[in-house]
Amino acid sequence: MTEVLNMQNISKSYYMGEEELEVLRKVNLQVNSGEFLSLLGPSGSGKSTMMNIIGCLDIPSSGKYLLSGNDIEDLDETELAFIRNKEIGFVFQSFQLLPRLSALQNVELPLIYAGLSSTERKERSLKMLDRVGLVDKTKNLPTQLSGGQQQRVAIARALVTEPTILLADEPTGALDQKTGAQVMELFEELNHDGRTIIMITHDIGIARHAKRVVNILDGQLSEQGVQ
Amino acid sequence: MLFESIKMSYENIVRNKLRSFLTMLGIVIGVASIIALITIVQGATNSISDQVTELGANKITVNVMGTPLKQGLNQEDMLNISEEENIKGVSPTISGKTGIIYEGKLMENVTVQGKNEVYFNMDTSLLKTGRSINILDLNSKNQVAIIGSDIIHELYFGVDPIGKDLVINGTSYTVVGTLNASSGFSMGSNNESVIIPYTTAMRSLGVKNISSLDVFLEDTSLADDTVTDLKGVLNPAFNYKENAYTIFNMGDMIESFESMMSMMSLLLAGIAAISLVVGGIGIMNMMLVSITERTMEIGLRKALGATPKRIQLQFVIESIFLSLVGGLIGLVLGGLIAYTAAAFIGIGFSLSIATILLAVGFSGLVGIVFGYMPARKASQLNPIDALRSL
Ligand SMILES: Nc1ncnc2c1ncn2[C@@H]1O[C@H](COP(=O)(O)OP(=O)(O)O)[C@@H](O)[C@H]1O
Ligand SMILES: [Mg+2]
Repeated sequence: MTEVLNMQNISKSYYMGEEELEVLRKVNLQVNSGEFLSLLGPSGSGKSTMMNIIGCLDIPSSGKYLLSGNDIEDLDETELAFIRNKEIGFVFQSFQLLPRLSALQNVELPLIYAGLSSTERKERSLKMLDRVGLVDKTKNLPTQLSGGQQQRVAIARALVTEPTILLADEPTGALDQKTGAQVMELFEELNHDGRTIIMITHDIGIARHAKRVVNILDGQLSEQGVQ
Repeated sequence: MLFESIKMSYENIVRNKLRSFLTMLGIVIGVASIIALITIVQGATNSISDQVTELGANKITVNVMGTPLKQGLNQEDMLNISEEENIKGVSPTISGKTGIIYEGKLMENVTVQGKNEVYFNMDTSLLKTGRSINILDLNSKNQVAIIGSDIIHELYFGVDPIGKDLVINGTSYTVVGTLNASSGFSMGSNNESVIIPYTTAMRSLGVKNISSLDVFLEDTSLADDTVTDLKGVLNPAFNYKENAYTIFNMGDMIESFESMMSMMSLLLAGIAAISLVVGGIGIMNMMLVSITERTMEIGLRKALGATPKRIQLQFVIESIFLSLVGGLIGLVLGGLIAYTAAAFIGIGFSLSIATILLAVGFSGLVGIVFGYMPARKASQLNPIDALRSL
């Protein structure tokens, strides 16, 4: 098993004027390739802050973070952008599809920033839309798709760059029970195919789909061991 | 990558047609007025300096006020002048107004000008029919006349005036030639003139001195040296008295006229450029609105791997695109305005490459300058804040 993520004593503080708010407190986390990990915690526990740091959208106040062996501390904005493009596939609670682009164009977006030619982009995006079961909806705009379909497009977009980690923040939060379960099924399949997944949720029922559950409370992690 | 950005810019502009159009309007008006003003002023300048050149850019005119001792130039002075370097010929003018009569018909207050052969040699388009003044006429003070088109109309309507007689100031002359009717610049019109040998004119009009002299040059570019030479002759002739004469260099006048006009067109263009700045501020405003609207999009693109440079480039290109399209519309519009105006005023129309480049360059520059700040702002957006905004 290769290590894809290693956090050592990661802390994150926000400053509201003079007052310091420590949102993450000396967090340690190690994730290996092929894992399906769920980060479970109530609202305000620091889940989104964790996701931002894991996804290189934010940098920790202290501690060491290695992503695929890259020390994040040494990187500037541009290098972080490259890392995000290459290593991370984001799935957001509210899908975050660009409303004026078709499903296919949405999936192609990260490949534009990867510098791929338009034919290569199209080919890979179509393949990925096929993988999530939407090959017949490639020309549809997001508004012409159901919530579950939209989230599938978002998942295809996250996976099209073949990222090291699929990073999902409450991926079922905006979906009904049944569609949420379908998305979870897809996650399990993807993990079965070898995809490393980190999923953030406050819902214990959703977290149970993961092989490994890490609890977060007041910015501190605790783990119950492999289920 | 550049192509992707241009395509995105195009799509964003098409999506917000009305807003984009209103934003571009400032640039359109700015560029159109610059193009129209420069082109019209340029056309007018060219037309006027062409007409002035026709009057003789290769000519220096000496006007003599004289001194109490010497009221004008005589033939000896003329000879001295014509022996200087760079001089093709010297043409004196003696001018008076008098009545003329043909077959009992009287025309009053006609300008009678005494000229020599040089006058006709320097501008062969003057003579319409018959012959001009020759050396023999000058030496023998022959009583021959060359008449302008208005005179023919008044006195010789329906008859060929050549060989007919004409009474000038009580003396009988023979008409030997006619002048072409000149249109255009009224200053140079000979239509109402009778031209006779200047030697004859001095005698019959009772003029003792030559008070005006046109000096024709071999090489116009040496005009300044020739002016110096002329002073070298004229100063001793007038005993170094001040204000005895003036020298008028037509080339100088054209030059200073052209520089004045180009100053004026620069000034006008400068004023028009202010409207470009206003247009630029409009573009900046639209870019800022657009960035606010697309905060989530920018955040998402950053999360998906767009670098700050990439985001900045995207918005700068969008801004350049807007102002260039505005600039091109302005170019066409300004060209049309100038063309119509030129046709209306009756001056030449030519849209120079330099003017086009100026307009395109200026509008592109406006796009860069006024797009830079909003684009920079977009590139510095924190993706976390941007994504949270939804
Ligand atoms: N940018 C910020 N500035 C100040 N406080 C913040 C900021 N982001 C998050 N927080 C605070 O940090 C805590 C954890 O937030 P978050 O990571 O969003 O939790 P969760 O996603 O688990 O609800 C919350 O108390 C929140 O108010
Ligand atoms: Mg959250």
